[in-house]
Amino acid sequence: MLEINNLNVHFGVIHAVKGISLKVEDGGIVTLLGANGAGKTTTLRTISGLKKPTSGQILLNGEDITRASAIKRVEMGISHVPEGRRVFSSMTVQENLELGAYLRKDKAGIAQDFEMVFNHFPILKARRKQAAGTLSGGEQQMLAIGRALMSRPKILFLDEPSMGLAPLLVQEIFDIIKNINKAGTTILLVEQNARMALQVADYAYVMETGSIVLSGTGSELMQSDEVKKAYLGG
Amino acid sequence: MEQFMQQVVNGISLGSIYALIALGYTMVYGIIKLINFAHGDVYMFGAYIGYFCMTTLKLDVLPSLLIAMVCSTILGVAIEKIAYKPLRNATRIAVLITAIGVSLLIEYGTMFFMKAGVRTYPPMTGLMAQKFHIKGLVITMQQVLIVIITIILMVLLQFIVKKTRVGKAMRAVSLDRDAAELMGINVDTTISFTFAIGSALAGAAGILVGLYYNSINPLMGVMPGLKAFIAAVFGGIGIIPGAMVGGYVIGVVEVFVSGYLNSMYRDAIVFAILILILIVKPSGLFGRNVREKV
Repeated sequence: MLEINNLNVHFGVIHAVKGISLKVEDGGIVTLLGANGAGKTTTLRTISGLKKPTSGQILLNGEDITRASAIKRVEMGISHVPEGRRVFSSMTVQENLELGAYLRKDKAGIAQDFEMVFNHFPILKARRKQAAGTLSGGEQQMLAIGRALMSRPKILFLDEPSMGLAPLLVQEIFDIIKNINKAGTTILLVEQNARMALQVADYAYVMETGSIVLSGTGSELMQSDEVKKAYLGG
Repeated sequence: MEQFMQQVVNGISLGSIYALIALGYTMVYGIIKLINFAHGDVYMFGAYIGYFCMTTLKLDVLPSLLIAMVCSTILGVAIEKIAYKPLRNATRIAVLITAIGVSLLIEYGTMFFMKAGVRTYPPMTGLMAQKFHIKGLVITMQQVLIVIITIILMVLLQFIVKKTRVGKAMRAVSLDRDAAELMGINVDTTISFTFAIGSALAGAAGILVGLYYNSINPLMGVMPGLKAFIAAVFGGIGIIPGAMVGGYVIGVVEVFVSGYLNSMYRDAIVFAILILILIVKPSGLFGRNVREKV
């Protein structure tokens, strides 16, 4: 589905992402772990076209999209739930979801996907007319995910979906992520909550200061001493 | 009482002009956080296009209005593409200084081509010269036209911003540019569209003022531009209904000061309002203190 080869990203003189390569297989859940500032968010932003790479290659279903615009990438099936949810605060839940389907013209399909999103997140249906900024943190996260699903993506990027949420809510969000994946959407998940992420992931990469230092299946990494010590609290 | 009501009528006419200009300021600020100082000059440009249509081409008011709006739109979008777009990632002060430069360029460019002198709109005839006398009030046809056209344009604007696809894109970009891009919204096109709408409104204000006051000159955009900016700040910059209300408040205040105090104090008091609002409620009448939920 998605393949990154030797990707480098700079902010001025700062080398934020240092030649990383990774692969996301069709239908899987892949997670990218790492501490704050490791370059995870920058990697995601580069893949979705918000940030230009200095060098490297991004392939989506075999097609080179390294220089494609962000809009083109949405059209091709990438959808990105940004860090910190970033819902359109003064717009209603309904309008946020409509914007998720901005590039689509198929009215019937959009109506269907509204129902699909409300199935995943029944609370959003109740809050339809409410301004997104008045929702709780968890509801905003649900809206951000719902909004991203409205473009009917082939691959969904989730950047720290558990950030700032109560443990019970984190569990709920991860259950929904699994359901979304089961329904056929490939997922690339960036997380600091390594335990939760490794439980759902088929494959995981660990980033440290811009490089990938470790990779393996979710259960492999769960057993790894390095990961246990650094990310799972011993 | 009659004098009071007459002042209200005059204030609303003037306020309509300010409101139309203020809308462009506030929309552009909302979307790229730039005080577009060249905006007052787009309004002046609209007044000159209207003048050209009505004298040289001898067109009627409504076709002239439409042509002035179209030409102002083209100028506004050209300014954005040529002067501001290359600075999209520059510091805000760089863009602000550029805006002042563009403003001076348009003012003195117009002076070069059109001469510095005052030009007068042709005298109104027929229906346009009508005056209505209602219980001692005098309302001119120009005033009626200004208010009606302003209301039509504002309703149209609200419709575009609230209901259309491009309007939703405008709101999305002004709330969060990156998130909007992730939805597949073309940010550059949306910004251009915002300039287009704001400039069309300014162009309309320009020709309406030409009809109302009769005389235009290349520097006519400076003062109303500043006052419309104050109107936008008064209502809460970036907030569309705020600019409308702000425009009317500034217009009415100005007319009342001229009428009851001394017209020499007019500008001073309007600027005093700016200072006061910045001290008391910097976010403006409709502005909210920005609070983020994490």
